[in-house]
Amino acid sequence: MLNQVSDLPSPPAAGLDFAALRADFPALHQEVNGHPLIYFDNAATSQKPRQVIDALVHYYERDNANVHRGIHELSNRATTAYEGARVRAARFLNAPSANEVVFTNGTTEGINLVAQTWGRKFLKEGDEILLLELEHHSNLVPWQMLAARSGVKLKYLPVCGDSGVADESKLDELLTPSVKLWVFPHISNTMATVNPAKEWCARARAAGITTLIDAAQSAGHRVVDVQDLGCDFLVFSGHKILGPTGSGVLWARAELLDAMPPWQGGGEMISSVDFFSAKWNTIPHKFEAGTPHIAGAIGLHAAMDYLDTVGRERIWEHDRELAVRAWRGLQSLGGTRLFGPGEDRAGLVSFVLDDVHAHDVVTLADRQGVALRGGHHCNQPLHRKLGIKSSARASFYFYNTPAEVDRFLEVVAHIQHFFRRGAN
Amino acid sequence: MEQTDLEELYQTVILDHSTRPRNFGPLPDATITVDGDNPTCGDEVHLHVRVGADGGVEKVSFTGSGCSICMASASMMTAKVKGKSHAEAESLLHDFQTMISAEPQPPPAKSLGELRLLAGVRKFPQRVKCATLAWHALRGALETNPTAAGPEDGLDLRAPRKVSTEEDGDGLSLG
Repeated sequence: MLNQVSDLPSPPAAGLDFAALRADFPALHQEVNGHPLIYFDNAATSQKPRQVIDALVHYYERDNANVHRGIHELSNRATTAYEGARVRAARFLNAPSANEVVFTNGTTEGINLVAQTWGRKFLKEGDEILLLELEHHSNLVPWQMLAARSGVKLKYLPVCGDSGVADESKLDELLTPSVKLWVFPHISNTMATVNPAKEWCARARAAGITTLIDAAQSAGHRVVDVQDLGCDFLVFSGHKILGPTGSGVLWARAELLDAMPPWQGGGEMISSVDFFSAKWNTIPHKFEAGTPHIAGAIGLHAAMDYLDTVGRERIWEHDRELAVRAWRGLQSLGGTRLFGPGEDRAGLVSFVLDDVHAHDVVTLADRQGVALRGGHHCNQPLHRKLGIKSSARASFYFYNTPAEVDRFLEVVAHIQHFFRRGAN
Repeated sequence: MEQTDLEELYQTVILDHSTRPRNFGPLPDATITVDGDNPTCGDEVHLHVRVGADGGVEKVSFTGSGCSICMASASMMTAKVKGKSHAEAESLLHDFQTMISAEPQPPPAKSLGELRLLAGVRKFPQRVKCATLAWHALRGALETNPTAAGPEDGLDLRAPRKVSTEEDGDGLSLG
């Protein structure tokens, strides 16, 4: 087994200084169940660098105040930092204007916001939404809820079996005039497929279809440029890209945000209120009722700075190299079923072992200090289609190393051995 | 790999029950079927029971799929509960629940027999729900008017429904 590992390609060429980068992440330096932690659950959430933690501590220790409504010094500092994060997020996405950045508590909230405001105003009974069969529940259930309320119909672009690649041959028949919205994940959190977002957005634009990209798995791993992609809405979570939990971004073209009704009512989202009337604030504040997650935005700012210092092109290359290493290693172990499009994949690998349930895989790996995800990864309809209840997933980030992947493969081989004794 | 806890969790008997589950398959003369779902992992246990005249478990089988702990627990539970009166089944359910979750951990009740092998699951908090899924279904079956082991609220876009629409603008005025 070890020989098989040594047959794998040499360590990544992305040239990342692992030792220096890893030193920035306090959580990586611990033992779990008596073994050095190998954190391979990055698609669920990333670890946080010291720089992000320091930004949060600095805000709470020095600048803590409410934003937009104070005259005093601390309120000025908090407002400047909060709005600075918005400008930073616009630059991170190459958005034309910071007014197009709405802070949310994550991808899920961003999608719900679009469904409940744009969707309820602009989609009527008989209109259709095109989704992808490998949609995360967060980009599925909000549309189901809208459909149940408004009579909008959902339809699905199928994916081809275990590869997770969209069957684009079906697009001609699916993209009927009644399709008004096309939503899809940039990268699948289960299959590691990278969808041709730019091509799909161009096709949608030509047909007058609005697009929403779920960038939860891409924003922190590769360059995401909303102008280049040509989408209408794009959402991501801060916590998956080194930022605090409860932070996130909804980006939308300004004319869409202008035309959308507000979502939640409260302070900050209004320009004036009388006893029996209210006027909405301008964008993006119209969508940020109440005191926002100020610290979250400030932490996210530090996270985006960190990512761009490392370089998202290098991160993308590194993640993919680790995924290919894991993919090849799992293949050569045998007794595995692997999901996703072969070697041309994003930085994660979902798999099942013959005769060993994913939960058992994850429990045994955890006892060896390897953190995996086991279950349906909030992707139950896809798992049902594949005929499995659950899968195990290893997902990588730039602070993971080839040596960790090799150790993971060793642990998987041990797990197979462990369960063979039960099967005789 | 040094793994005392693991060896305890995955003892040979448990692995044997999970790979060759007893009472696995449909039960044609079942009087009720209770579905146990674990939505976080997708494990499913469908418990089929022929309820006897006294409300006891005359016959029992299960279908579905899940991890080794879930399958072994269902297999051992059905083996143990088959032919038991309503009161005896209730008592087993109580003893198992106590073994898995009571604080501090009491010595497992002798009545549980080989089910006592599952006591080690306590050391793996994330796996407790795997071991108890089939038992939640049993609880449902022992109730007078069982429907399912979990909540059923949700939406079904295939069902006929009423559509509502709303107006929105640059603000609101209640006139």
